[in-house]
Amino acid sequence: MLNAERIREDFPILKRKVYGKPLVYLDNAATTQKPRQVIQAMNDYYETYNSNVHRAVHRLSQEATEAYDEAHEKVASFIAAKGMEEVAFTKNTTESINVLAGSLSRQLQKNDEIVLTQMEHHSNIVPWQQAAKRAGAKLRFLEIDGNGELKLQQLRETIGKKTKIVAFTHVSNVLGTINPAREIIAAAKEIGALTVVDAAQSVPHMPVSVKELGCDFMAFSAHKMLGPTGVGVLYGKEELLEKIEPVIYGGDMISEVSFEDAKWNELPWKFEAGTPNMAGAVGLAAAVDYLQKVGMENVHQHEKILTRKAMERLKQIEDLTIYGPEAGKRGGLVAFNVNGVHTHDVSAILDAEGIAVRGGHHCTMPLARLLGIPGTTRASFYLYNTNEEIDKLADALEMVTAKMNKPAMTTTQGKAAK
Amino acid sequence: MKTTKQADAVEELYREEIMDHYQNPRNFGHMDGADVSYHDYNPVCGDEVTVQLKMENGTVKEAVFTGKGCAISQAAASMLTEQIHGKSVKAVVTMTQNDMLETIKINPGPVRIKCVLLALRAVQKGIVQYEANRANLAKPFSEKGLSKN
Repeated sequence: MLNAERIREDFPILKRKVYGKPLVYLDNAATTQKPRQVIQAMNDYYETYNSNVHRAVHRLSQEATEAYDEAHEKVASFIAAKGMEEVAFTKNTTESINVLAGSLSRQLQKNDEIVLTQMEHHSNIVPWQQAAKRAGAKLRFLEIDGNGELKLQQLRETIGKKTKIVAFTHVSNVLGTINPAREIIAAAKEIGALTVVDAAQSVPHMPVSVKELGCDFMAFSAHKMLGPTGVGVLYGKEELLEKIEPVIYGGDMISEVSFEDAKWNELPWKFEAGTPNMAGAVGLAAAVDYLQKVGMENVHQHEKILTRKAMERLKQIEDLTIYGPEAGKRGGLVAFNVNGVHTHDVSAILDAEGIAVRGGHHCTMPLARLLGIPGTTRASFYLYNTNEEIDKLADALEMVTAKMNKPAMTTTQGKAAK
Repeated sequence: MKTTKQADAVEELYREEIMDHYQNPRNFGHMDGADVSYHDYNPVCGDEVTVQLKMENGTVKEAVFTGKGCAISQAAASMLTEQIHGKSVKAVVTMTQNDMLETIKINPGPVRIKCVLLALRAVQKGIVQYEANRANLAKPFSEKGLSKN
């Protein structure tokens, strides 16, 4: 078990007040707050050894290079990859997926199929749409059922002979569903398709091992796991990263350049063109250290407790609809609607209580359309959230119904919807 | 239970007049034979409005709207239909963000300003389209640019 109260001491921002009330930060699926240890590591980098990596022989560059390479090693070990050759740093999850879609699209042929799910974030749909367009390939979508879980019985109908790539989210950023990654990957392997796991909402919140999953590629972001913005991770099996082409070219990703042509650098640098985000990498390494010290299983268990409590309390609120599966089958987030009240109004009333949640479509417009709603309000938890904060959320939501859900308004909505 | 500051934040954004317009919207409905009909949508939050206007001698003779969305967007639409009644085309198309904020009397912040402006932008786009069509109709046939199609 982790001690959330003690963990909170490490997060300067959690001491701040919003409208005179303590900040209740429940927007962790969007971005997480940073502990002193991460901020300090980045300050140290800038104050004592800032310099460009992999180039100069001077002392500072040696230190920076060492720290930068070590960050790759740490991330590799965090997800149980073979080593740093399997971990390239990008800008964020979105960029990692774009690199994959851009590179893999060159191997696609007309009528090949790319399988996604109906619960993907735009970042795991739009790059594949473009890849499919370039190659004349087709997109297919694994469907979700009424509980917001994938219809696994359709797995082998959707993933078929023509499937070349299966890309899916490990944990849905709206429904919270933890997808059965191993089953999906097994089905993809049976027909020799490549697998891409969008782990933006899983790696920060639970133990994730690429070795155990057996996926070919994975993408996630530092800023959703206590690290800074501007660093993402692209994991790939070494033999695959060797084989596929980079899509961003320039300095540091080459081994030899002539006026006519260039040879690519060794892994992972082949995928890291230009001066990288060095301070960001150092921050990510500190975040990994922090999470490993707490223990990812502890983080996961803590979020499970918060999620179960949140769902129990929210279910008591009249006119509140929760989306996605039961607490045991989801990550640390709950998306909901207070019937008849727009998500922006819900968010604004919670905001006035110092509670930060996210309202809107959460970059999953196709999913929202499928559910027939313009959006949801989402509360998402992390290791520093407490039971008391869940109570504050539920108390404030009770106020929303009282404030907004008057009979007169229901009539208006009825007319408007007509 | 609440401190003054928090109470202010909600009370200010959802002050009585806003809630009144949200719950009892003025000029809500459809109009037959409208001169201007414009639907606009904010993809970020899903707010939508359709505004319809009847024009006479270059002024707004009647304005109605339908829509769904947050309290701010719908209250703003309701208040706008009252405000532009009888105004000239020029006065309406030159209305600014500040004019709208003065009408609605809240500080929505940088994110929700889009909710405040949704109906105004719809009215303005609709009128511009209407004026362009009229100008086109008034032109001699040779200048209508129909040959392009």
